[in-house]
Amino acid sequence: MKQLMKGSAALGEGAIQAGGGAYFGYPITPQNELTEYMSRRMLEERRVFIQAESELAAINMVFGASVAGARAMTSSSSPGVSLKQEGISYMAGCELPGLIVNVQRGGPGLGNISGSQADYFQAVRGGGHGDYQVIVLTPASVQEMYEMPSMAFSLSEKYRTPALILTDGILAQMQEPMELVKINAARSGDQSWILDGCKGRAPRKIRSLLMEEGALEAHNRHLQKKYIEIKNKEQRYQLINEQAEIMLVAYGVSARVCYTAVQEANRKGLKVGLLRPITVWPFPEKIIQELVPQVKAFLVIELSAGQMVEDVNLAVNGKTPVYFYGRAGGACVTPEEVIKEIGKI
Amino acid sequence: MREELIIAGFGGQGIMFTGTLLSQAAMMEGKFVTYFPSYGAEVRGGTAHCSVTIADTSIGSPVITHPDSLLILNKPSLGRFGPRLKKGGLLVLNSTLIEDETSIGGGQVVRLPATDIAEKIGQITVANIVALGKYLALRKIVSQESVGQALEVLLAKKKKELIEVNKKALLAGYEYK
Repeated sequence: MKQLMKGSAALGEGAIQAGGGAYFGYPITPQNELTEYMSRRMLEERRVFIQAESELAAINMVFGASVAGARAMTSSSSPGVSLKQEGISYMAGCELPGLIVNVQRGGPGLGNISGSQADYFQAVRGGGHGDYQVIVLTPASVQEMYEMPSMAFSLSEKYRTPALILTDGILAQMQEPMELVKINAARSGDQSWILDGCKGRAPRKIRSLLMEEGALEAHNRHLQKKYIEIKNKEQRYQLINEQAEIMLVAYGVSARVCYTAVQEANRKGLKVGLLRPITVWPFPEKIIQELVPQVKAFLVIELSAGQMVEDVNLAVNGKTPVYFYGRAGGACVTPEEVIKEIGKI
Repeated sequence: MREELIIAGFGGQGIMFTGTLLSQAAMMEGKFVTYFPSYGAEVRGGTAHCSVTIADTSIGSPVITHPDSLLILNKPSLGRFGPRLKKGGLLVLNSTLIEDETSIGGGQVVRLPATDIAEKIGQITVANIVALGKYLALRKIVSQESVGQALEVLLAKKKKELIEVNKKALLAGYEYK
């Protein structure tokens, strides 16, 4: 049965149904509804909810819970996610699974509290220090907000690396009908590294400080091998109108704006389609390369000054024109603006 | 069918509830619907608004730039959203709190003293539902019965005693000439 649900609540419920055992948060708009939801529901489920004293504390609680084998998560919005970057880098270095949610708002600095997509670079280029990547998933509906935590936990455990759900203030605050479908809560991946007490077995060690000669380079090589495997196996996307001549590329809320624009453009007889990356790291570059021979132009739409467009350009590699239109500072692109941009091509 | 509606008024006038109620009713009728609130830094006494899109097919952007209809419950909101109404759109005004009639563009303008009617019913806080009733009588986006059922769903847990007065307000608005 369908029910009306807010994006942030759907994400919270999705994480709970996915077996999320511990949530650590610190308030910031526009993701407070998620923390509020978890404060009630996690206790009802007799799981762990802690309002930490800071974002730094929250991400390090995720680190600790993950090391001990819990499915742990934290959420914040842009300025708060910046504060978590040190902890995320440590988790990547220690190969710890865990879920971070970024409900993006306008930046830089404190910015404003409107929905935005300006943290794309931070999300897909590592974010903190060191050579690392996190798996980045981007929901585009309240239904996906509900279903994505399960996917995130599972990929994160399979590859032993943090996963991030990159969403925004619009998707988090909007409501639409959704269905509480059954969610896979099975833990995935090898669990022989978990620090759960060494009575009767050899002690285990988890660390990111590797001072022995060559040790850190070897560790980095191992991480990169893993990232290449993720790139090869986990690119996800949705393609609407694969025969299109003009292919819009957009994720999350801007994909929804583009969806309306595609409907409008098709009504006018224009051959316009939409490629919606679901993973933005790994970026779905294979499908873009496959589309290059048939597509006359790509038009990338973002709520930023142009970030994902760089990944599209890398994939296209100069073989087809790539155009960009975006609105920055928490402003939202309208379908009319997208149609106007299509007209300019 | 596709209807884009912005509901606006003071924080505390039940703007968000009105939008949620209409969305719930639309969903119960099997329609596609998105609801997007905006209460940013706004507080009680400030302005708040929400955007509701109802359609027969799936909905992309939940953000509305030029609404088909406006449900305006206070004067500051008229100045802010009035100019954005689509040409030929519908504007429903709470005339108890909005005396100004000059700042309205083209389209159908309907004035009803929603707050006065709510006071007569004995519950000033249901002015929003009175206005919603009038809007639904003019734009039959969802049936009055569905909104009645949606009221029961939304108020069942914490405010059961308010279901009847809200239904009365809905009917009063619906039948207001």
